[in-house]
Amino acid sequence: MSKINLTRRSVLQTGAITGAGLALPTYLSAASHSGFTNAPTGDTVTLGFNVPQTGPYADEGADELRAYKLAVDHLNGGGDGGLMNTFSSKALQGNGILGKKVEFVTGDTQTKSDAARASARSMIEKDGAVMITGGSSSGVAVAVQALCQEAGIIFMAGLTHSNDTTGKDKKANGFRHFFNSYMSGAALAPILADNYGKDRKAYHLTADYNWGYTTEEAVRTSTEAMGWETVAAVKTPLTQTDFSSYIAPVLQSGADVLVLNHYGGNMVNSLTNAVQFGLREKQVNGKNFEIIVPLYSRLMAKGAGANVKGIFGSANWHWSLQDEGSKAFVKSFGTKYGFPPSQAAHTTYVQTLLYADAVERAGSFNPCAVGEALSDFQFDGMGNGPTLYRGADHQCFKDVLVVKGKENPTSEFDLLEIVEITPTSQVTYDASIFGGELGACNPGA
Amino acid sequence: MFGLEYKDSRMLILVAILVALAPFMLNPFPEGSGMAQFNAGYPDLMQRFVIFGIFAIGFNILFGLTGYLSFGHAAFLGVGSYAAMWMMKLLTMNVVPGIIFSVLVAGVFSLAVGWISLRRSGIYFSILTLAFAQMSYSLAYSVLTPITGGETGLQPKVTDPRILDGSLAEGTIAKANFFGLEMGSSFELQLGSWLFTFNAGYYLAAVVMLIAFYISIRIFRSPFGLMLRAVKSNQQRLNYTGLNTKPYTLAAFVISGMYAGLAGGLMVAMDTQVGAERMFWTASGEVVLMTILGGVGTLIGPVLGASAIKYMENILSKINSDILHQWFAFLPDGLEEFVITLIYPFIGKGWHLTLGLIFMAVVIFLPGGLVEGGQRIANLFKRKMPGKDARDNKS
Repeated sequence: MSKINLTRRSVLQTGAITGAGLALPTYLSAASHSGFTNAPTGDTVTLGFNVPQTGPYADEGADELRAYKLAVDHLNGGGDGGLMNTFSSKALQGNGILGKKVEFVTGDTQTKSDAARASARSMIEKDGAVMITGGSSSGVAVAVQALCQEAGIIFMAGLTHSNDTTGKDKKANGFRHFFNSYMSGAALAPILADNYGKDRKAYHLTADYNWGYTTEEAVRTSTEAMGWETVAAVKTPLTQTDFSSYIAPVLQSGADVLVLNHYGGNMVNSLTNAVQFGLREKQVNGKNFEIIVPLYSRLMAKGAGANVKGIFGSANWHWSLQDEGSKAFVKSFGTKYGFPPSQAAHTTYVQTLLYADAVERAGSFNPCAVGEALSDFQFDGMGNGPTLYRGADHQCFKDVLVVKGKENPTSEFDLLEIVEITPTSQVTYDASIFGGELGACNPGA
Repeated sequence: MFGLEYKDSRMLILVAILVALAPFMLNPFPEGSGMAQFNAGYPDLMQRFVIFGIFAIGFNILFGLTGYLSFGHAAFLGVGSYAAMWMMKLLTMNVVPGIIFSVLVAGVFSLAVGWISLRRSGIYFSILTLAFAQMSYSLAYSVLTPITGGETGLQPKVTDPRILDGSLAEGTIAKANFFGLEMGSSFELQLGSWLFTFNAGYYLAAVVMLIAFYISIRIFRSPFGLMLRAVKSNQQRLNYTGLNTKPYTLAAFVISGMYAGLAGGLMVAMDTQVGAERMFWTASGEVVLMTILGGVGTLIGPVLGASAIKYMENILSKINSDILHQWFAFLPDGLEEFVITLIYPFIGKGWHLTLGLIFMAVVIFLPGGLVEGGQRIANLFKRKMPGKDARDNKS
């Protein structure tokens, strides 16, 4: 095999070009002169809406996106203004944010941390987004929150229910309006005791991943505190679609309550299996057998159909709430899209408005200023009653709904009824119980 | 050059120039213009181009040379990522130890998987590797949560030990660096309305990719590579001549596993986060698509395929209906709606559909992948110079 060496000249040329290419990045970035990443310079400001458009939570993602578009519309002075009319803070004028017209970019998280981060990074690096919001699972929310902390961008979490988001993995640049597993447990326990008694034996089926663990833990602790006994807690693979083999042992265990720590398609399938096995007609220990679903959503209730009737769970918000804020939101969402919003839509809409309001009050898009404006911010009129954005962990504290599958639904949206509105005081916990470090806010460049 | 034939060194230099100038070439449209949507010259995507390029180059060493179709390569990528992340958490945020360790761990893991899977060939081999990858995914997602972080994955924390690094200044977070040069730092060059970003992490990954590419050329041209090709063309005949092919296929498997580990380590170095989905079977399938789309068994093909797929995933998926409305605003209303209805299924969340169509078109019309497309175009021009052709044929 003959080997022909290149000429000295061409090797030198290539070397020079490569060398120049390599030397360039050693000049450190001095792109932003305003002291924080992606400071809006023109007369517009870009927000990044990062939601699952494909994958298991695509339904939630689509509803979130509708809510974001509605929020942008209202911020720019379009539509009927929605919750801006009922919001206790009156900083928003309907002329964009700080007079800048709100524009947005969208991305698909695919419910995968990697894809979500890629999409968020392209929003930050390419589109110049100054705030990222969205996410329909805790894994994605935690991943994107960490990215935003690193990049110096505010992250307003969407649908994420795991304790970790504002617990173990909390970040100074991340904020969550949605409630969490702990609150679900604390809100559900007293209702369960009232309805089913204090000497119950519970059997947990738990989705085998992070959110499942924290939810099981929360429900267990709060039910055991009022006298229930946990017979067994079995983990089920996330990809499981047929739960029959997990339901059968429940009958032999002597348990009289089944807790399904499942979400989305998992919950639809496990609940359907449990009902098909006739669990709900059973009598164990002289009591009716009961099923509980700690985290409920309308979209899940729709999937499970008639099986949800009479089953207890918790929710962040429901469109049938009768306060001014909820009515205003249902009205403007319904006018635009023709059906009532889900709780995912509600929380993402509220998060967008809360961000815009914080920027107005702070007078700057600087993440540190915005973070300060949101910390320990108290507001009302957003559909959940008086709410506190706690500064210690950037978690919202507000009333939690305990809901029940409706016995006689009147429409395909009217599937859940509100049993009780658990007051904030009952679901508040100490910020330090989950560990984690908030750290300092990072304005980026 | 470097013991390469003229043709190969020409290609290596061409690739080197392409990656060095990528920030210019990928940003052909000025900032703020309607076409800026199609710019790909931002750090994250450029990093992904070269990292998935490495992944596909490594995969091609196994699939392109031996013909063994592994459906579990994402597992090695994931294992490499976790290894690098732990090095960064425990040892130092300097990316070098992490990247080296990720290659080693992926090598050991692929040795174990290859040892078992290579007892079978053809579809049985593919299924075995697929099973291993899915096992790794499930383990990482739930059982091994203490090590892998489960669903929420792993990220550097302020409280990590990092025994080689000094303690962090108050209020700062640990950032991946290369001897002090932060991976996220970039130099921005404004030329008129064009903005070009030169990112430190990208150039580190690009240098690693060039080394990986060079090693792959050497393997392709070596007697070892020839033996692997022999395995592909007729393994039975090789066995009949008394040769044991297992050491060769196993070596190829481990090498390509190490390439995957290297890609995984680099991914963590560029973006300090690792999650279990990285090992999901669709990720294994993606690298197969990349290799086939670019051209199986060619040197440059896998890199082209990887870039094409990552481009579509990141650029097409971000076009939404509002952007379409902006583009076609000049059309009369009815026509605008009609055009948008026609295009809408292929953009945004429909990017998979576009990818599928292109993949089908490539497989049907260009079985040799994008490389074959390039060759056909080159041949069109060559025919005009019969003299040169004749001379080439003689040599």
